[in-house]
Amino acid sequence: MRIEIQVNGHRHTVDVDPSQTLLEVLRDELGLTGTKYGCGEGRCGACTVLMGSHAVASCTIPAQSAVGAPITTIEGLEHDGHLHPVQDAFIAEEAFQCAYCTSGMIMASVALLRATPEPTADDIARALETNVCRCGTYPRIVAAVRRAAASVSGDQRP
Amino acid sequence: MITRDRTAGASRREFLKMVGGGLLVVLVTRDAFAAPALGLTEGRRPDNQQLPEAVSAWLHIDEHGAVTVFTGKVEFGQGIRTSLAQEVAEELRVPMSSVSLVMGDTMLTPFDMGTFGSRSTPQMGTQLRRVAATARERLVALAADHWHTDASSLTTAGGRVTDPHRRRSIGYGELTAGRTITENVRDDVALTPAAQWTVAGTSTPRVGAHDLVTGRHQYTSDMRVPDMRYAKVLRPPSIGATLASLDAGAAESMPDVVVTHDGDFVAVTAPSAPAAAKALGALRATWTPAPGAPPSSRDIYDYLRHTPAAAASGGGREGGPSEPFVRGDVAAALAAAPHRLTHTYTVAYIAHVPLEPRAALAQYTSDAGGDRITVWTGTQRPFAVRDQVAEAVGMPNDRVRVIVPDTGSGYGGKHTGEAAVEAARLAKQTRRPVKVVWTREEEFRWAYFRPAGVIDVDAGVGADGIISAWTFDNYNSGPAAIRPPYPIANQRVTFHPSDSPLRQGSYRALAATANHFARESHVSELAHMVDIDPVAFRLKNLDDPRLRDVVQKAADRFGWPGTNHGSGRGVGIACGFEKGGYVATCAEVSVDKGSGDVRIVRAVTAFDCGAIVNPNGLRNQIAGALVQGVGGALFEAIEFDHAVVRNAHLAAYRVPRFSDVPAIDVVLVDRRDQPSMGAGEVPIMALAPAVAAAIFDATEMRVRALPMAPDGLKVAAAAGSR
Ligand code: FES
Ligand code: FES
Repeated sequence: MRIEIQVNGHRHTVDVDPSQTLLEVLRDELGLTGTKYGCGEGRCGACTVLMGSHAVASCTIPAQSAVGAPITTIEGLEHDGHLHPVQDAFIAEEAFQCAYCTSGMIMASVALLRATPEPTADDIARALETNVCRCGTYPRIVAAVRRAAASVSGDQRP
Repeated sequence: MITRDRTAGASRREFLKMVGGGLLVVLVTRDAFAAPALGLTEGRRPDNQQLPEAVSAWLHIDEHGAVTVFTGKVEFGQGIRTSLAQEVAEELRVPMSSVSLVMGDTMLTPFDMGTFGSRSTPQMGTQLRRVAATARERLVALAADHWHTDASSLTTAGGRVTDPHRRRSIGYGELTAGRTITENVRDDVALTPAAQWTVAGTSTPRVGAHDLVTGRHQYTSDMRVPDMRYAKVLRPPSIGATLASLDAGAAESMPDVVVTHDGDFVAVTAPSAPAAAKALGALRATWTPAPGAPPSSRDIYDYLRHTPAAAASGGGREGGPSEPFVRGDVAAALAAAPHRLTHTYTVAYIAHVPLEPRAALAQYTSDAGGDRITVWTGTQRPFAVRDQVAEAVGMPNDRVRVIVPDTGSGYGGKHTGEAAVEAARLAKQTRRPVKVVWTREEEFRWAYFRPAGVIDVDAGVGADGIISAWTFDNYNSGPAAIRPPYPIANQRVTFHPSDSPLRQGSYRALAATANHFARESHVSELAHMVDIDPVAFRLKNLDDPRLRDVVQKAADRFGWPGTNHGSGRGVGIACGFEKGGYVATCAEVSVDKGSGDVRIVRAVTAFDCGAIVNPNGLRNQIAGALVQGVGGALFEAIEFDHAVVRNAHLAAYRVPRFSDVPAIDVVLVDRRDQPSMGAGEVPIMALAPAVAAAIFDATEMRVRALPMAPDGLKVAAAAGSR
């Protein structure tokens, strides 16, 4: 089945199997491997991408239901060679160890900050509860999200 | 002399051909090439205590002054790509930006036993400092020759040798340009004392951070090569089942699908992941379950206690079946003790759940020189996996190359090469590149677990509040940190290997977590029995000044004992020593009296691992170990019966999440007068017993089973008090 999806501002026509998830299409068909597989059941968040402005687990989304909704992956966050403030904040707080969870954490954080520009630590924990960091860098991730929130003024926020 | 044998990596001669000119400094410790290849048989663990102290590393400086370090260690998130580079930059007096590491590539790096046991910092770090210091001395000598001056008048900084009197300087690259110089590390080379460090000892940012936050870094599971096939392996319905029949007709008729059937190994390869999944689903197989009635997670502890490991399989275990450690007359001391306490502790099997599941990409090539296989895979033991692959595909091990891209974590769970072997067998058969990525479910079912165990402790305390007698019998967990750090006059400590129904192996800190849980829980109970504050009781019974120091520091920072006691709030402390690291953790918990839910509110850990190489990286490791420890302490457990894991999904196997994380406070004790030791493991040890003590303080309930509160406290308490 041929579908057209829009990823990081580009249109792609891809031949997909009805069983294929958005995650598989992103990684295997489009080569956007920044989005990770961690569980395939919506319980780890490694595969988090933005659909419109919402964070979704791309492993739970059939590829064809992504038609018509702009998708943003970790590869689409940089602008004009500049990292997104959330990416900068993750570096500043060194909010990773193996960093396998990092793409998903960053995407979920970007969605959170769009909806809640000044989140409390509790807001962050709640919004990221389905994202697992097995290396246990959670406190640093909270700090990074708060740092990103503080570094972005309202009108500059992407 | 480097020879091609069971263990060798690249040879020096081949290596020089590859890197071209420049200065090559080589370190090969004497027994590096006599190291026995460790077996990776089911249910065995590499023995952490008895590994040869063999470390090899090479350092190359090219004509532009670029420094490349070659080490068989691998980066799994612990940050050694950064911290090892810091140590080299320090000794060589070059900026961090000119140092890069080639890690875990069996063709390019010298042999290494593996990345585990917190050995990278104390061993590889120290050796790299010697390598770099040797290089610096040689460069200074070259400059002295060049200028016909006295080497002792020259200084080094910023990748240059300077002659301060004559105001001239020359870059390292210029000194070696057009030449090939090889140097062995000298035993007496002088190292920069930690007190004078300026690059090492600082919170240097992680190397490669940009690629990690942009998704550019390619983990094994992200790799793709032209014409690559996706593979799926057929798994049996239960552990130990054997294949009775296979009908692969439907799968074989699918376009471009190849079915491999070799004994019990059945796999499909296809041009896309969905096609591979379809082909796998089309296989019709019947299986014969393994004979016998295997134990379940409900009766596992009786089973382990009463089922000693067969002698044949015991030898390769961690430490092997151990002779008891005996001191004094423990029977007499127990009988004489005015206070005596006996309890049994249990720990469940738990899974590592590395967020990147096992993955491998294997490429088969053939030329006039013969055939070769290159495998990219995330393993903590690249050389052992190379040998495993070579054996599986029937090729000499110098025809197999294993490369370990920086990997999505391991925690001791990736010592083996299952996916690598699978991919290599399929690549050899199909003559195409083959990628195998395990699903989370496969990772839960077919990787190995942290061993379950049963520990009996019997102890006596004298009227003076000193522990006078101690027996400790550990069934199956393992012998790591099994002996008490308390100088008890009469003790008998024994590890009893059992026959494990599940595949088991290394896990962060090995059995030190289980042994500390039992020991430190028991010590807290002894303190309570003789009515002495648990911090005071430990200080009274400990004589090691560094251990006493971390206990005191943790207690001070925590504000021990504080005022939150009883009525659902409580505090606890535990401490320990392992692998050169001293740790003490104070924990505060709150228990919901209705639901039995336990929350760890706060954890303070004081940690001393000698001279600190990277404080920020160390804090990250300590906090990470504590968070991982929360899972094993409170809720992680593998459930199984009839040789089937019943909770092989993240929805059913609970791992720590944001809401489970306590406020963490880390007190670093930087001992610049002491050698640097590893830190990835030891900080996990003291959390569980500190939490157990805090739960008692909050509820008067003793929980002697890990996990302590998988479904809230009451259920766990009932099981623990049996
Ligand atoms: S892979 Fe999608 S949530 Fe885990
Ligand atoms: S950094 Fe390893 S899983 Fe988060």
